[in-house]
Amino acid sequence: MAEEEHIISMLVNNKPGVLSRVSGVFGRLGYNIKSLCVAETTNPEISRITLTSIANSHFTEKVAKQLNKLVDVIDVTELKPATSVEREMTLIGIRIDKEKRAEIMRAIDMFGCNVRYMSDNYCILECVGETEKTETIINYLKPLGIEEIARTGIIALPQKN
Amino acid sequence: MKIKGAEILLRALSDEGVDTIFGYPGGVVLDIFDEIYKSKFKHILVRHEQGAAHAADGYARASGKVGVCLVTSGPGATNTVTGIATAYMDSIPIVVFTGQVATPLLGSDAFQEADITGITRPCTKHNFIVRKVEDLARTVKEALYIARSGRPGPVLVDIPKDVSQAMTEYHESGPPKAPAHDPIYVPDVTALNEALRMIKQAKKPVVMVGGGVILGKASQELREFIEKVQIPVTHTLMGIGAFPGTDPLSLGMPGMHGTYYANMALTQCDLLINIGARFDDRVTGKLDEFAKNAKIIHIDIDAASINKNVIVDLPIVSDCKSALQQLNKMLLQNHFTIPEKDRKAWTQQIDEWKEYAPLSYCAGEKIKPQCVIETIYKLTKGDAIIATEVGQNQMWAAQFYKFNHPNTFLSSGGLGTMGYGFPAAIGAQIAFPDKTVVDIAGDGSIQMNIQELATAVVYNIPVKICILNNGFLGMVRQWQEIFYERRYSHTNISQIPDFVKLAEAYGAVGLRATKPEEMEAILEKGLNTPGPVIMDIHVEPEEGVYPMVRPGSPISDMDLGR
Repeated sequence: MAEEEHIISMLVNNKPGVLSRVSGVFGRLGYNIKSLCVAETTNPEISRITLTSIANSHFTEKVAKQLNKLVDVIDVTELKPATSVEREMTLIGIRIDKEKRAEIMRAIDMFGCNVRYMSDNYCILECVGETEKTETIINYLKPLGIEEIARTGIIALPQKN
Repeated sequence: MKIKGAEILLRALSDEGVDTIFGYPGGVVLDIFDEIYKSKFKHILVRHEQGAAHAADGYARASGKVGVCLVTSGPGATNTVTGIATAYMDSIPIVVFTGQVATPLLGSDAFQEADITGITRPCTKHNFIVRKVEDLARTVKEALYIARSGRPGPVLVDIPKDVSQAMTEYHESGPPKAPAHDPIYVPDVTALNEALRMIKQAKKPVVMVGGGVILGKASQELREFIEKVQIPVTHTLMGIGAFPGTDPLSLGMPGMHGTYYANMALTQCDLLINIGARFDDRVTGKLDEFAKNAKIIHIDIDAASINKNVIVDLPIVSDCKSALQQLNKMLLQNHFTIPEKDRKAWTQQIDEWKEYAPLSYCAGEKIKPQCVIETIYKLTKGDAIIATEVGQNQMWAAQFYKFNHPNTFLSSGGLGTMGYGFPAAIGAQIAFPDKTVVDIAGDGSIQMNIQELATAVVYNIPVKICILNNGFLGMVRQWQEIFYERRYSHTNISQIPDFVKLAEAYGAVGLRATKPEEMEAILEKGLNTPGPVIMDIHVEPEEGVYPMVRPGSPISDMDLGR
């Protein structure tokens, strides 16, 4: 069966151990979590978890039903890329050799990255966008010497009327 | 007035209607046991914490109430894990209170510290660690609510020592707050109407009932429903007693060791109504062949059970009681009559199957274990609470004892826990002191929690243990016989120990039968002897459980053992 990326968004009680319960469901069913983002909502007692996983089409039904059984899970929805807004932030630490300097600067301009730190031969770039854009930037910069990278993973919200 | 956390625990339990605790003391629960000492609580001191968890489970299965146990931290807590997992697999409402090291020591590998909430996360419905004494009363209430509501299950509450020692005011808390958890109790009427339409059209219908009917206290509603629709009923291991085993419409148990006629009916039916069973692999056999010509209706309180193993045509998320009540009401309103003409061929077919291969065994020179179960059935007039261990003893008990009442068959179905039956029988006997409670055991299983004989003797809990003693780990031996060319690797456990002497060593009564002609008299004597009794019945060592469906085969493909 064809596998594709699924985005699951859920609201959970903001308490110790909740993430472990949630991730336990994925582990037990044999699904790998590709990205995961957790933070408080406007209500400090409730957090939103956004996570992605590559899986077949049974995934959502199976996982959502099990997640809904957890006492600390308030809501589970799958978000479809076509009807939601997705963003991801990436920090890219890159070594700046003299001969590559110009090319790196061009890339920063071209992709609209922000430079968040700069020393004589090292800089940290910030880029925000959909996963596709992030992948393009990373692929472009990789041969120029990415030293470290940190990605938030996707966060997303459904479009509404 | 401020009172100690330990006292709050007992008051909160008492306010929730709990009056019995199975437990074992230790360092971090000393304050709680000190309060028990001063209170009127009935505390049953077991001899191993696993026994406490199983006893609470047996108490819950027999009484329909939440079973409660209390143990210390570390090894006390980890010893309950098998009992918790057993309750989890069979959806049994128990609450396990574990002591924990004081909060400042948490995570420091303190003496007798174990991360029991971490350990039990995958095998509890929910668990808590109480970090503030102010949260204790509410947590107790929520734990009991979560354990018994929706699809029931075990809940663990971890209480650090400083929390049980701290002082605060006690207020009885309001209704439990678990909004994310509130289960669905109202079945969808459109779906029920569709179900009725399917029932009317069916020519070869079968009802399969599971533990959900017993847990949902829906046996009476089920009987009314079946009386109206006149559909044959098969029950899973967990559904034993939900429908009378002596009713002409009963097909007995399906699956790996199910009856020929239940399996044939499931294979050939055109409508399968599953009420509160979860399509376990031991029931379905090869999935592709299971009820493959049937439309399937599945009533279950747990949405996650629906379409998990078997894809169904009509899912109904509801507890069994509400769904059946509603269905019965609709049948009455619609003046439902059984389409007798349409069903005649099906009824005849089932009768033929029943005649062709009834449950049977051949008499021999040695005592036949099936005959032992039949004799116990006869002597108890079908009115006992029967606990079983796991393996051949369990299957023979399920096959040859006819259960007519719910909550009278206590067995570890999902997890298959050897050593479950005896402590569970103790728990059931505590709930029903005047009933006959029998543990049908094997010589392997009984040794896994034999220490509870001390508990039974000390409290004079008159559980009757009937050991089907074949000197083997019988079910595993049977598989070795069939699948491993009789290479009996480590399944011959020799008829050791001498169970009569063992019973006597504990202060119980021990009896033995080795010949068919003395078996009934020994059972009768044992069942009529006051106090706990071990009946050591030496049975045919290489008897097998039949019918048998090989794992992975369709359930219509049965070895009838003849």
